[in-house]
Amino acid sequence: MTSIQDYAPVTGKDVIERLYDLARPLRGMKVVHVNSTYVGGGVAEILSKLVPLQKDLGLDVRWEVIRGEERFFQVTKSFHNGLQGIPVPLTDSLLKVYRKTGAHNAEQLRSVLEEADIVIIHDPQPLPLLRSCPNRKGKWIWRCHIDLSHPYRPVWKYLRDFVMEYDASIFSLADFAQPLPHTQYLMQPSIDPLSDKNKELTPEEVHAVKLQFGLDPDRPIMLQVSRFDRFKDPLGVLKAYRLVKSFAPSLQLILAGGGATDDPEGEAVLTEVRNGAGTDKDIHVLLLPPDAHVTINALQRGADLVVQKSLKEGFGLTVTEALWKGKPVIGGDAGGIRLQVVNYQTGFLVKTPEGAALRARYILSHPQRAIEMGLKAKELVRQNFLLTRNLREYLSIILASLYGEQERIELHLKTAP
Amino acid sequence: MFTNATFEPFIVKDCALLTIATGRTARNLKEMTDHLVNIHIGSIYHHFWDGLLRSRFADPEYNNDFAEWVHHALQDNILAERLSIINPAAFPDLESLRWGLLEIMEQRLDEIEMVAWAKLDMQFHFVRSQIMVFETREVIETPEQLGEAVSKMTEGSIFYHFIDARRRSPEMMDDFRSWLKSCGADCEDLFSQLASVDPYFGSLVELRGRLTNLFTNYFRRVSE
Repeated sequence: MTSIQDYAPVTGKDVIERLYDLARPLRGMKVVHVNSTYVGGGVAEILSKLVPLQKDLGLDVRWEVIRGEERFFQVTKSFHNGLQGIPVPLTDSLLKVYRKTGAHNAEQLRSVLEEADIVIIHDPQPLPLLRSCPNRKGKWIWRCHIDLSHPYRPVWKYLRDFVMEYDASIFSLADFAQPLPHTQYLMQPSIDPLSDKNKELTPEEVHAVKLQFGLDPDRPIMLQVSRFDRFKDPLGVLKAYRLVKSFAPSLQLILAGGGATDDPEGEAVLTEVRNGAGTDKDIHVLLLPPDAHVTINALQRGADLVVQKSLKEGFGLTVTEALWKGKPVIGGDAGGIRLQVVNYQTGFLVKTPEGAALRARYILSHPQRAIEMGLKAKELVRQNFLLTRNLREYLSIILASLYGEQERIELHLKTAP
Repeated sequence: MFTNATFEPFIVKDCALLTIATGRTARNLKEMTDHLVNIHIGSIYHHFWDGLLRSRFADPEYNNDFAEWVHHALQDNILAERLSIINPAAFPDLESLRWGLLEIMEQRLDEIEMVAWAKLDMQFHFVRSQIMVFETREVIETPEQLGEAVSKMTEGSIFYHFIDARRRSPEMMDDFRSWLKSCGADCEDLFSQLASVDPYFGSLVELRGRLTNLFTNYFRRVSE
């Protein structure tokens, strides 16, 4: 298991020491995280890393998972889609299942939750727990990991009643915040530099993955990693590739994404992309399994050009991953990509396939400049988008929720380590 | 050195800024000025200073979030340049900064015939900061240790002691000058060198380097 000290070589020793300093007043504090699964999905992945690290810092942390039947997860899947703006039907019977499952789980968890100093509820599934814990003594915080910028109103209206009773909430971007009667903290997503998707790989490992997919390791590679989704504009990437290809005939393109079998639209987009690729043997459309983390890592490290030509984007963690690997990114001028890609510093923001092609030609013909931008890109991620920063923010939010709304909170050394 | 002065130990502190949504947004200059009149003062602080604690490139295009937004979202480069030159450290307090900012924006509103609108996904989100200050285990006992101690400080410590301090101290002074006060006329030269360091235009890493050099060179010179 990874320990907090394992991050010191990546972040610097001082960052880890400051985490200990910040956590000192919280030692022994009972913190409970609640979500709906131990495995699979981004939230479980984050908690599997965060919980042991918070324990390392001396907090008494538990991770609890709520359980439910199939209908419960049907309704929470609908909530998930609805919060992201997709109109979904809500029936009284489904809502009853949601509330009943919440109450049932509260029976099992009540003593732990009511005794906790801080309870952090992740996403909508466990939201109703609070109502079933009338004797709670701690602060309850709702952490929303979902893009809530344009929710389907009936779903948000229903869930908002639960959220309003919390002491605070946390959203990933200012765009996602909603009118609520409590403090809304903003915490940008982060990547784990020690995970399979981001850890260092040897040149041999990268080389092997290139060969595995029939790529010529001696020729330049343009890469986009993303779901097969129209908002990721894979057809725009194909167009950009063709515009560059006439200037760099040896260029190869990889469009790599996760499986789309349970997503009818994803399947349709994948078909469009395959048709668009035609018979060009230098275009590789890769449908990867969900656990292909090392493969994605190797592809990102082996690419000469990384593109994320999204037309709409929440944050864009694939951009963060590529920047961390020292790659300047040609990104769509949308959403969270703007927070990460700065023209001529960490990559280029583009609006069209033509713009992407122009910037791709620039990067290919200025390799030294690309290296310099890559160094800045990695530094940007080191300072802003690593898991240790999330850890620091969680500690700060826990402290803030205990100390209250004041603009400035001063903590003093009370206990020696 | 500084034989007549006595110094309490200087406890090195660090800080973390939490970002809080205010729920207010602006899509054009008129909406921006309407909000600025009464937005939480912590929001003014955030949009001018918080950027320093985010990673900053060697030559940022614009130095504060307002100028950045006006350039990228409204594409009004005249106003972006006027806003970018604002030095928040030159204002006695954040309220004065608020009104200074409004003055420039309102003047621009008088000049233009039509207000430009930002796209929906480029609206300005007013956010504010909550600052969490905590003590580290580092202590500076004598002024001569300043050069080495500053060179080891995190960006958060530099921010807290050199920038945030101006907001805390009635004389708008950084913590180093406040600490060195008791040496009086002995430190006049050091005081004036510190006062001439502009904390705003550059990164915290650069600022740490400048302060390290300043202290190291000063104490080397006086010891010779």
